[in-house]
Amino acid sequence: MKNKKSKIQSLMLRVAVYLSASLTVGILLALVIYILIKGVPNISWNLFSIEYSSENVSLFPALVNTIRMTMISLLIAVPIGIFSAIYLVEYAKRGNKIVSVIRITAETLSGIPSIVYGLFGFLLFVITLGLGYSLIAGALTLATMVLPVIMRTTEEALLSVPDSYREGSLGLGAGKLRTIFKVVLPSAIPGILAGIILSIGRIVGETAALIYTAGTVAQIPSSLLGSGRTLSVHLYALWTEGLNTKQSYATAVVLLMIVIGLNTLSASVAKNLGKGKI
Amino acid sequence: MKLTKNKETLMHFLFLLSACVSIFAVALICVFLFASGIPAIAKIGFLKFVSGLTWKPSNDIYGIFPMILGSLYVTFGAIIIGVPVGILTSIFMARFCPEKLYKFLKPTIDLLAGIPSVVYGFFGLMVIVPFVRNTFGGSGTSLLSASIVLGIMILPTIIGVSESALRAVPESYYEGSLALGATHERSVFFSVVPAAKSGIIAGVILGIGRAVGETMAVIMVAGNQAIIPQGILKGVRTLTANIVLEMGYAAELHREALIATAVVLFVFILIINLTFSLVKRRSKI
Repeated sequence: MKNKKSKIQSLMLRVAVYLSASLTVGILLALVIYILIKGVPNISWNLFSIEYSSENVSLFPALVNTIRMTMISLLIAVPIGIFSAIYLVEYAKRGNKIVSVIRITAETLSGIPSIVYGLFGFLLFVITLGLGYSLIAGALTLATMVLPVIMRTTEEALLSVPDSYREGSLGLGAGKLRTIFKVVLPSAIPGILAGIILSIGRIVGETAALIYTAGTVAQIPSSLLGSGRTLSVHLYALWTEGLNTKQSYATAVVLLMIVIGLNTLSASVAKNLGKGKI
Repeated sequence: MKLTKNKETLMHFLFLLSACVSIFAVALICVFLFASGIPAIAKIGFLKFVSGLTWKPSNDIYGIFPMILGSLYVTFGAIIIGVPVGILTSIFMARFCPEKLYKFLKPTIDLLAGIPSVVYGFFGLMVIVPFVRNTFGGSGTSLLSASIVLGIMILPTIIGVSESALRAVPESYYEGSLALGATHERSVFFSVVPAAKSGIIAGVILGIGRAVGETMAVIMVAGNQAIIPQGILKGVRTLTANIVLEMGYAAELHREALIATAVVLFVFILIINLTFSLVKRRSKI
């Protein structure tokens, strides 16, 4: 009797677990397939014309702005992030007070919601520094946002480089700096790359932090001081206008494709990382 | 020789300086938010601001209690929907999944985490809102829709953290239970899961943080009426939505009141993150 009851319980637990896992995968598949089915037929050459107008809601300017935004943000965040991680792993002594402060602040940064970053960027870069709604104000805001991501992944990558590499290099007479740049960093590249790809995903998908920093102008600005919307902001702006459902679907497809592409890329980098495991 | 030494010192300093950027950034965020937000709260009156039931910027009435409640409601809804599915999925990933399937499942979960929030919002608007409207009535843009969308969005966070917590449980717990005659399911649920409890809770707390801070997806499906919702099919406005919706045209005290809204949100998030760190430290994952 007791045995039977426990069998039923086991069965129910098993069913619950399988059902939940299928639900999770099902939701993702439903989302991707739905957007592809609705969006792909709406992709046309007109969407990629250079000029945006109210008759032709081109997403091309937004695409170019997304690429520019990503590059500038990374240009700012990647060196700072990598250098921070180098300090934390290679220089900082154990139990150093400043290290724990850095860790706590980095953790805090990664938990702050993007709209708070948006307001901060608006107050500091747009108003106080007088940059106005501009690509550079948006990029500075996003750089602050992805900094903890790059720091954390680089730190993990550096920590996974065995000490024998450092000792070998130092033993051959290389200085500390030379050891870091010629031996440690090259071995940590796949891990760092994975972090950068993750950051690109965050930048491409970000909206709330950009609306009030980079603004929502649907053109390609001639300089970094001009306002321009990225693809995600474009999708949001189309929603607020409430007119162009077809173009929204198409934009969602392009965004989704970029994200899937980035995820595949990062998976293959991670695989190589596993293969070249030191 | 001396030149190299100078270079070493210089770079050491540069590395330290970079590392301090994150401290600097947090300090700046606090200064700028609090410097504009606190005076506004003082001007409006702290109690009036956080417990005021009316938000009418045109009449200079700023009460954000409906939005605080709105954020709590949608987060609660997201927990009800997302947590059971998330935890059960993580149990599947850690203990039931065949290796071949895992290779497919893991990237799938990662993708779920990578999809931009506007895309979730758009999907919610096109699929979940009409679904709610047709099944339960009302306009569709509602507390329920927002909870469903957020519930989906916090899945990858919960799954990721609790999976690693489950994997950190020593194999001997599971084997011991099996040896005593328990089935695979019972061993997992009654000996492995309880051992991973604090890690799983940490995952849920992190998910709560995501849900409270989420902006774009919520705006697109929640309806955004600045009143306390009278039911799950009524519209709701969160703290985050309040900021994005009105910042574009707000000026003077109205703008400062919105920044003060962000201060309240920021304090919420800090509390949630602190709880997360404490729980995480206890679970040592």
